[in-house]
Amino acid sequence: MIQLKNVNKVYEDGFHALKNINLTFEEGKLNVLIGPSGCGKTTTMKLLNRLIDYTDGELTIDGKLISDINPIELRRQMGYVIQSIGLFPHMTIYDNVATVPKLLKWDKQKISQKVEELLKMVDLDPDTYRERYPHELSGGQQQRIGVIRALAAEPKIILMDEPFSALDPISREQLQDELVRLQKEINKTIIFVTHDMDEAIKIADQIILMRDGEVVQKGSPHELLTNPINQFVEDFIGEDRLRQARGLPPMTAFVDEDYPSVKVTESLDAAINVMVEKKKDQMPIVDADDKYLGILSLYDAVKNRDSEIKNLVDETVIAYRESAEVEKFVASKETIAPIVREDMSFIGVLDQDQLLEVLHEQVDQKSGVMS
Amino acid sequence: MNLIQEYIEFWEIRYENIFEYLLEHLSIAFVSIIFAIVLTVPLAIGMTKMKNERLKQAIFNVANFFQTIPTIALFALLIPIFGIGFTPAVVALFLYALLPLLRNTYAGVESIDQGIVEAAKGMGYSTVQRLAKVELPIAVPYIMSGIRITTVYIISWTTLATVIGAGGLGDLVMAGIGSNNTYMIFTGTALAIILALTVDLIFGLIEKRLSVSRG
Ligand SMILES: Nc1ncnc2c1ncn2[C@@H]1O[C@H](COP(=O)(O)OP(=O)(O)O)[C@@H](O)[C@H]1O
Ligand SMILES: [Mg+2]
Repeated sequence: MIQLKNVNKVYEDGFHALKNINLTFEEGKLNVLIGPSGCGKTTTMKLLNRLIDYTDGELTIDGKLISDINPIELRRQMGYVIQSIGLFPHMTIYDNVATVPKLLKWDKQKISQKVEELLKMVDLDPDTYRERYPHELSGGQQQRIGVIRALAAEPKIILMDEPFSALDPISREQLQDELVRLQKEINKTIIFVTHDMDEAIKIADQIILMRDGEVVQKGSPHELLTNPINQFVEDFIGEDRLRQARGLPPMTAFVDEDYPSVKVTESLDAAINVMVEKKKDQMPIVDADDKYLGILSLYDAVKNRDSEIKNLVDETVIAYRESAEVEKFVASKETIAPIVREDMSFIGVLDQDQLLEVLHEQVDQKSGVMS
Repeated sequence: MNLIQEYIEFWEIRYENIFEYLLEHLSIAFVSIIFAIVLTVPLAIGMTKMKNERLKQAIFNVANFFQTIPTIALFALLIPIFGIGFTPAVVALFLYALLPLLRNTYAGVESIDQGIVEAAKGMGYSTVQRLAKVELPIAVPYIMSGIRITTVYIISWTTLATVIGAGGLGDLVMAGIGSNNTYMIFTGTALAIILALTVDLIFGLIEKRLSVSRG
């Protein structure tokens, strides 16, 4: 676990780049630092491998002060991936991936096995690629090598500074997917810098949103999406993503309270009259206390005129509570959705015209974003 | 026909002499260039790690200063200190070689993609390891190209070493002028040119070998 307590960074020229940063990066979690350019993401990340030293505060790794750890040894225990990839052009892919294991003096056999395993993990055939030079690979392939080079010495912590932002969209998506998959397999503590909110939402366990050297909000993607603490967070996340995350409004937004109901004690003829008059073919039936019992269909009522309501009520049609998610009904194959209070007392019926309208709106917006 | 026959005869009589001049020429040029390389390459590499901008600028200024002194004047200035002959010639040419070598080596190491340097740092190379395993191997083609260009210059300037009695192909030319012997003038000049071109070619090949198989 990595902890920053009241960490400040003032650069040599007096620029106050980080202000009272308090953060926890838990073990095995993928943490994403995000924010506008210049907000201090890279500075924060470089504190962790001591490429930059902080001015005051406290930074610990597993309880140990980072300033007590030898920077060279610290870096060999951390993976590091950068935007410009930084593969060594004069070394083969094998030598590039083997860099840190060699620095750590692993034996040859073990290094060779590890390189092979890693190349396979990112779908690059070892026999084809081992002896190639970086410039003989595409950008996406080069960054795959950049990523596995960081994994080679099996570090517990991996730092990634905008690793995918220079790649084409297809390679980027592939590498994001691979990273999420890898993270499940290898379970590292990852600190990942990006300025791309979609990327953050897709991969993060924890998102840390920064502005002007301060942490504005941190939490799971779900927390940020559903509970942005201020206008800046909302703006940074963007209206479209927020709306999408909010999903459909709850049942109460669609309830048609004018929908009639009939008490189970009334005559069947009375029920038929109401249905004909209101042009409904399905009628919610309630008991003496207005509690929902089931649905009477016009078809059944007309066919069995001599019967009574209580014999014809279809109790398998379930009612929804006000707070239920509309998605539940949308996902079911029911044709009517009676809505009830907590005590089962009848409120009304879901207004399907209104629901349809909202659904259409969402579909339009989504296709609008894509075009 | 006559001319060629005469020239062949000239070589038959003089070849031992000519090779002596050639050897002298080569040794002056190479001794000075080797000393210059030994000093400037490590210095330039050190300068890329130097934080003190002023000191860096001062070093470049000194190297630049030697370049601006006319060759003949520099030879003359060195006589009171080193006398005449091989030593002052080597010292003068050494001083001339400083700037181009310094500049090329420095630029070569400086021009390395900062991303590569940062990756190397971030992966836990020490400064010395980074220099040996990453920065120098990448900069070698640049450094070689500086050495090649400088060597060609120095070979050509060595022709002037004759004025302080250091010998070399310049002697042949001067002697030709003195005795009005066109063959001697021609041979001295032609050999200096051929020598420069050959070195250029060979160093060029080495440079190419060193920079294959990278992006
Ligand atoms: N060496 C430095 N000296 C002075 N200011 C710096 C230095 N490095 C970065 N900064 C400044 O610190 C701020 C944060 O930089 P950085 O962490 O790189 O931002 P980000 O990665 O979020 O884009 C920027 O305003 C930048 O100009
Ligand atoms: Mg940055």
